[in-house]
Amino acid sequence: MKMIATRDGFGDEIVELGREDPDIYVVDVDIGKSCKTTAFAKALPAQHVNVGIAEQSGAGVAAGLAACGKIPFVVTYAAFGSMRMCEQIRQEICYTDLNVKIACSHGGVTPANDGASHQCIEDMGILSTLPNMTVIMPADYNSARKLVRAAACHRGPVYLRFTRDAVPEVYGQEQEFEIGKAVKLREGNDGAIIAIGDTVRLAVQSADELKARGMDVRVLDMHTLKPLDVEAVKSCLVETGRVVTVEDHNVINGLGYAVSAVAADMGRGVVKRIGIQDRFGMSAPYERLLAMNGITVENIVETLSALK
Amino acid sequence: MDEMELRALKARANELRRKVVKMIYEAQSGHPGGSLSAADFVTALYFREMKIDPKDPKWPERDRFILSKGHVCPIQYAALATLGYFDESVLHTLRKEGSILQGHPDMKKCPGIDISTGSLGQGFACGVGMSIAAKRDNKDFRVFVVLGDGECQEGEIWEAAQIANKYELDNVVVFVDYNNLQIDGTCDEVMPVLDLAAKFRAFGFETWDIDGNDMGQIVETLDEIRARKNGRPKMILGRTVKGKGVSYMENQCGWHGKAPNEAEYELAMSELDGGVTA
Repeated sequence: MKMIATRDGFGDEIVELGREDPDIYVVDVDIGKSCKTTAFAKALPAQHVNVGIAEQSGAGVAAGLAACGKIPFVVTYAAFGSMRMCEQIRQEICYTDLNVKIACSHGGVTPANDGASHQCIEDMGILSTLPNMTVIMPADYNSARKLVRAAACHRGPVYLRFTRDAVPEVYGQEQEFEIGKAVKLREGNDGAIIAIGDTVRLAVQSADELKARGMDVRVLDMHTLKPLDVEAVKSCLVETGRVVTVEDHNVINGLGYAVSAVAADMGRGVVKRIGIQDRFGMSAPYERLLAMNGITVENIVETLSALK
Repeated sequence: MDEMELRALKARANELRRKVVKMIYEAQSGHPGGSLSAADFVTALYFREMKIDPKDPKWPERDRFILSKGHVCPIQYAALATLGYFDESVLHTLRKEGSILQGHPDMKKCPGIDISTGSLGQGFACGVGMSIAAKRDNKDFRVFVVLGDGECQEGEIWEAAQIANKYELDNVVVFVDYNNLQIDGTCDEVMPVLDLAAKFRAFGFETWDIDGNDMGQIVETLDEIRARKNGRPKMILGRTVKGKGVSYMENQCGWHGKAPNEAEYELAMSELDGGVTA
């Protein structure tokens, strides 16, 4: 299976978008190279701004560009895009409801060897609490391209989260995506796995393994954390009764919390959350970091089987 | 500029000061000190310098006004109402439920607000983004940014300044309302801002150091700046008096964010009555 990071999907799609629409801008903060905007900067210099290592003003500059009709993508790492820029995003992008996209590589523990300072397990929770914000994490290269395009077409603030490390392809090029609409990757009523981002592939493998054991398990790619596809979650709770959520994010404030909230509102179904166990990471291989937190096919299979 | 026009502008500043005091008195909430110190510069911008159309607040070619020290919005609201962006009666609704005149400027609610502000240090970078858009689109609108002196303690101000230098934004004009007072005391006590003009020069700006409550100096400086399309961003250090025009508010940091009572209101209005400051 082809392995490629979702940040590459962003880098390839943003060039196409920029060529099609001169209002598409990239605001870099000196890490364009690793966030894959070098091709954009080279091909479309008139639509490119690099503010240097200055994330807060990068967000502000983007707000100003958007106030003049541009569609800027501020490009950085998830840790900096969600935290160093956080209040600027709240005040000048979300409160103003301006058409700014925050496009972040290095989501979750994918910047594995860089260690805890560069891994980011808090961002989707932080961004989800901001009114007017949409939060998206694509599962693979092809969905990254489609969802970057969807974000550009969506009027309003969007937070996009990509992986640093390569992840296997889940989708073919023909798959279509709609913001706020989960993709059903496997059918089944014996349980459900709802995953986001780089863990979607693990959800699919887990369902296939469970199938071999005689369980038909539904798999949802919840690429949009906010607005959550509540109807799809409700269907899982009503039709399967058992849900396991999987995310490369703190188990606090991410997908697990969002799905659990739906279950609580409905008063039915059981939800188990698999994700980063509310602790900082370390320099280690990406797959090892996932394993340390139980984000493995084995644990997903076990957890869902135990719910039966 | 002739004497008559200068006198008219001074009278206009005084009129806006009266509106500021009245609206804050009626709301029993708001920030009079900084509104009064920035009054002369804001008047010069809205009633002489800026290319704007009150009938078309979103006119794409308009000059932009960024009140980065958003808490002094009463002075901007007074200017906008006087120009007809909205009815003067709206000034009575300052800070009240459902009002377009929020406690800090809100571009979604109030016509004539180019960017929402209120959290200090953030407006300038937004203005820089607008200036970049103007340059890239070959438009000749300019961006006027009003900063507080205490606000220059925020690091983001200096990030924005270095971007303005890099992109040669001679269409940005920053006015620092240097009244040397912030909430907890003087800037010198709380956190010395040192020579702000020298700091901005070090960031590539052309600077002017003037009496920010002297309408003649303000207008003269703006006239000079208008002609200087040389790739360098502009900064005016406006030495001002916080609470300017109301004797008991002048240079008192206690009047940063406090509304006058009835007696204080009457006294303020009598002092501003027909009087022309500076």
